[in-house]
Amino acid sequence: MTGEGVRVAAPPRRRAGVPAGVMLAIAWLMVILAIALLADLVRPYGITAMDLRARLQPPIGFGGSWAHALGTDELGRDVLSRLIESIRISLQIAFGATIIAAVFGTTMGFLAAHFRGWVEQCVLMLIDFQASMPFLILALSVLAFFGNSLVLFVCLMGLYGWERHARISRGLAIAANAQGYAAAVRQLGARPMRIYLGHVLPNIASTLIVAATLSFPEVVLLESGLSFLGLGVQPPMTSLGNMVGYGREYITRAPWIMLAPSVVIVLTTLSVSILGDWLRDRLDPTLT
Amino acid sequence: MLRFIALRVGRALLTIVLVVTFAFVVLRLSGDPALMIMSPDAPPEALAAFRQAWGLDAPIWLQYLKYFGAILQGELGQSMRDGRPAIQLVAERIPATLTLTLPALALKVGLGIPAGIYAALHRNSMTDRVVMTFAVAGFTVPSFVLGLILVLIFAVQLGWLPSGGAESWRSIILPVIAMGLGGAGVLARFTRSAMLEVLGQPYIRTASAKGVPWGAVVRGHALPNAAIPTVTVVGFMVGSLMAGAVVVESVFSWPGVGRLMVVAVANRDLAVVQCVLLLVSATMVTSNLIVDVMYGVLDPRLRGQAPAGGGH
Repeated sequence: MTGEGVRVAAPPRRRAGVPAGVMLAIAWLMVILAIALLADLVRPYGITAMDLRARLQPPIGFGGSWAHALGTDELGRDVLSRLIESIRISLQIAFGATIIAAVFGTTMGFLAAHFRGWVEQCVLMLIDFQASMPFLILALSVLAFFGNSLVLFVCLMGLYGWERHARISRGLAIAANAQGYAAAVRQLGARPMRIYLGHVLPNIASTLIVAATLSFPEVVLLESGLSFLGLGVQPPMTSLGNMVGYGREYITRAPWIMLAPSVVIVLTTLSVSILGDWLRDRLDPTLT
Repeated sequence: MLRFIALRVGRALLTIVLVVTFAFVVLRLSGDPALMIMSPDAPPEALAAFRQAWGLDAPIWLQYLKYFGAILQGELGQSMRDGRPAIQLVAERIPATLTLTLPALALKVGLGIPAGIYAALHRNSMTDRVVMTFAVAGFTVPSFVLGLILVLIFAVQLGWLPSGGAESWRSIILPVIAMGLGGAGVLARFTRSAMLEVLGQPYIRTASAKGVPWGAVVRGHALPNAAIPTVTVVGFMVGSLMAGAVVVESVFSWPGVGRLMVVAVANRDLAVVQCVLLLVSATMVTSNLIVDVMYGVLDPRLRGQAPAGGGH
C-alpha cells in the first residue's frame, strides 16, 4: 500500500559497507531500545510526580533549567520522564502487535498453503476483507465497545498487518512445497508441523523478518493515532500518541509537551522504515 | 468480461455482509448496551423496558436477522443519545467531510503523480532525491503531528490561518494540507516505482530504438502501463474519502463524519457507530469494485483471473 517497490527495476545492490543513513537509523533505534529497556533507571522523576511550583516550565534552551530538561506540563510533571515511559509503552505495544501479526499471519498463510481448497479460499477472503477495510474504523468500533484494556489493545494492533504476512508466507510455502527439500522431508515421513516449522520456516524467515520491519512503523503510527484520539492507551498510563493528544491542549502556551513525543514518533518510524528498506534491498528486493 | 464483473460484484457484496456481521457481533456481544447507556444502578424495570424498546431481549440470532432485514430496508436505527435516526445524523455530516477530503484528494493526485513521474524520468537527479525525501517524510510523519505543527506555525506563531473550526473557507486550508501532503508522498513514491519498472521493459527500448521521440514513448507506452498499479492506490484513496479524515478532523475540531464517529464511540452510541461503519465500508467496497473493473479495462490480461491478496 505504501508503494515500496521503488528499487525493483534496479539490480540488487550488494554493498560492502552500511550507508550512513542506515547507520544513523540503527543508532537511533539502539538509543530508543536502550531507553525503553532501562526506563525505570534513566527516568529522573515518576510519571505522575507533580511539582506544582514548576508548572509549564520551558525546556533547556528556551529558558528552562536542567531540573526539567524537556520542561514540565500543566500539572508540573516532568516531560522527559513521561517521554521515557511513553517510549517504553509504545514500543512494547508495537513489538507485541508485530509479533502477534507475524505469528498469526504466518500460521494462516501456512494453513492456506497446506490445505489449499476451501481453507485457502477462506484465508484469501479474509485477506481481501482486511486489505479493503480502513483498519482505523474497525479498531475504533472494537475498542470503544469492548472497553479498553492494554491486552485487548495489543491484540487489536496485532490484527493489523497480519494479512501481509499471510500473503507472503502462503506464496512462499506453496513455492517451497514444490521444491525438492520439502518433498524429501515429506517422503521421509515428517509430519506437516515438522515440515513447516522445521524446514519451510527457516528458509523463508528472512523475507518474513523484512515484512515485519515494514509493518512495525505502521503499527507505531496506528497506536499513536488511536491514543491521540483518546481511544488507545488510557491515563494514568502514557504513550507517545497519548502525550501528543494531551500536549495539543497546551499548544499555544507549552508547545514542547506536544513536540517532544512528536519528534520521537517521527524519528523512530523514519529509522525503522530506512532500516526496513535497506534490509529488503539486501535480503529480498522483490518484496513490496 | 460480464463474468468478470459479476464475480467482482459478488465479492463486493460478500465484503459488505462480512462488515455487517462484524459490526453486529462486535457491537452486540461486547457488553449490555442497556447498562452502558442507563447506568448500572438504574431500576431493573427501566433496564428491561430499555432492552425491550431496542429489541435487546430477543435471542442473538433473531436480533441479527432483524438487523439485516432492517438494513436492507434502509433502516439503521436511532441514535441512543438523542433519538434521531442515525442515518440522518451521519448524512448531515457527509458534506463537511467531503469539503476536506475532496480537495485533499485533488492535492494528493495533483502533486503526487506528476512528482512521481518527474522523479522517475530524472532518476538519481537532485529533484528525484528531494521528491523521494519528501515522500518518505509523507509516510513517516503522522497526520496529527503534521497538523499540529502546521497549527503551531500558521495559527499560533504567524496568526495567518484559524487553528480549527469551520467558520470560513480559510479553515479548510490547514486540514487539507495536513491530509494531502502525506498522501501525495505515498502516491509519488508509488508512481515513481511503477514508472521505473515500466521504463526498464524491453518494449520501451524497442520504441526508442525504432526512432519514436522520447516524449511520445513516455506518453504512449510508459504512462499507460504505469497507470495500472497507480490506479490501485488512487482507488484506495477514493475509498477512504469518508474514513480518511478521522484523525485530522479531530485535530482541527472539524464537524465531519470522523468527529461524529469518535464522539459516538466515546458515548457508546451503537446505532451511529454501525451507520458510520457501513457508510465507510460501502464507500471502500464501491471504489474497490470500480478499481477492479478498471483493471479489466486497462489490462485485458487480468480479466480471466482472480487477483489474490487485495490488489497490492
